Amino acid sequence: MLRSEWTKLWSLRSTRWSLLFAVVAMAGLGVLIAAVSMGRWSHLSPHDRATFDSIDRSLGGYHLAQLAIGVLGVLVISGEYSTGMIRPSLMAVPRRLPVLWAKITVFASVTFVSMLASAFVAFFVAQAILTEHHVNVTLSHPHALRTLFGAVLFMTVTGILCVALGTIIRSTAGAIATFAGLLFVLPGITDILPSDISDSINPYLPSNAGTSIAKAVPDPHTLSPWGGFALYCGYTIVLVAIAAYALVRRDA
Amino acid sequence: MTKRYGEKVAVDDLSFSVAPGIVTGFLGPNGAGKSTTMRLILGLDAPSSGTVMVNGCSYRELSAPLHEIGAMLEAHAIHTGRSAYNHLLALAQTHGIPRGRVEEVIELVGLREVARKRVGSFSLGMGQRLGVAAALLGDPATVILDEPANGLDPEGIHWIRNLLKRLAAEGRTVFLSSHLMSEMAQTADHLIVIGRGRLIADTSVAEFVRRASSDVNVRVRSPQAPELREELQRRKAEVASIEESLLEVSGLTGEQIGEIALQARIVISELTPRQASLEEAFMSLTGESVEYRAGEGNELPETESVWLAVRAPPRHCPPPPRRAAARLPAR
Repeated sequence: MLRSEWTKLWSLRSTRWSLLFAVVAMAGLGVLIAAVSMGRWSHLSPHDRATFDSIDRSLGGYHLAQLAIGVLGVLVISGEYSTGMIRPSLMAVPRRLPVLWAKITVFASVTFVSMLASAFVAFFVAQAILTEHHVNVTLSHPHALRTLFGAVLFMTVTGILCVALGTIIRSTAGAIATFAGLLFVLPGITDILPSDISDSINPYLPSNAGTSIAKAVPDPHTLSPWGGFALYCGYTIVLVAIAAYALVRRDA
Repeated sequence: MTKRYGEKVAVDDLSFSVAPGIVTGFLGPNGAGKSTTMRLILGLDAPSSGTVMVNGCSYRELSAPLHEIGAMLEAHAIHTGRSAYNHLLALAQTHGIPRGRVEEVIELVGLREVARKRVGSFSLGMGQRLGVAAALLGDPATVILDEPANGLDPEGIHWIRNLLKRLAAEGRTVFLSSHLMSEMAQTADHLIVIGRGRLIADTSVAEFVRRASSDVNVRVRSPQAPELREELQRRKAEVASIEESLLEVSGLTGEQIGEIALQARIVISELTPRQASLEEAFMSLTGESVEYRAGEGNELPETESVWLAVRAPPRHCPPPPRRAAARLPAR
């Protein structure tokens, strides 16, 4: 079952391009930001220099990489619905749920491994660049490893969430729009609400809860790193449960 | 069992069995419920009530279905970005079928040269061949194909016909749908004809053809048509005038008409027995149940119940899910 999903994943061009994009974004963006920051170091205000967060700068690539991971997560299953491939797939595995579990396992593993490798590259290369003005940190920094794994875990769970969305919604465009709405649009909407309302909602938004683990210095307005991440996992588990129910109950 | 789409209710029990060792054709006009029946057999759609059993088990309970039933529904239900080889490999891996078997079925359907190409670039006929390859992957005892001849060129049709006959000769159960009677007459041994989800005929092809051929009429041209008409009608034949000098006679053979004309000293200038074609016979059979005819509401098939009798002995199945068991009345 896992082998079958492995074959399905890697035999598509869209997978290879999306993953390549995610890897380049994750590994490259942090390095680029570090290089630009060093180049403009003399222009930075004293405040900026004092609050310069070397960990966040080096790992900022996840902001871009999550998009590619999310889209690919949706495609893993919506691609089967749009082409009709879901029917041969379910005819081969009429119990259906093993298909979903295998897809999630394979895609989450691929995301975790590729993003972890990219995150380490981003961290070490960026920190090497940051030595120029002695603002670099090492992995032994109290928040470094947690932030690094946090960014990777956030993207992995985002990938799982998107597989669930793709299973529930079935249409690629619909699922990607929902994913973008949940993670990128919702924060913008709560921002224009009266601040007393938005302050009470904001920490619980999927994006804010999920990324709290990927920030070196926790934002006072968000949940704790692990608390926020646990909530994000909770959202994902609910969606996966709905996806599993829908997959088994609906006519293919 | 019943399959409801929305609130439409139309069809009563459809029940037939499909025997191993012969090719069984599943025939019906568009929208008669052929594909729905196949989807129900294959566990893709759940019946609204009732059950479908395959080898004595519900398809959803089968742990290795590709070894029992190989099926092709829509041939182009394949991810277009994948190569034929990878498509088959991914299906094979769900059953631990070795790569060698993948190569084998690719060879069998004649796709070796394009096996590594993306399926999106395939022609309709190549897609059909790939669908057949997928159906045969698990070396199943039962093969179910939905419109396998669609989009094939004459050479391809010849190929699929021989392949299906060979599969049946190997003792497999071969069940294929079509809306073309002429196609079926040349491929199938037995026919299941449905319309609006109801069984219309369950008969051997030979019997169907014989019945169709008994529906004969004779055209007679004569300068003395009115006199001939009287002579024939006196012998209880049904006679219709098509033109002034042309009659259409049913109930008498050409020979009998010739004799009658000779005795009455009537000149005959043309005597043509006309046999209803298989297509005509099929159309007259299904005429009342054609689904999508101008001016009629489109009703979808509702109830179909199907048993696939296949050669495997009855066996122990895992108990059906409790929810379904509670809902279904005992047959």
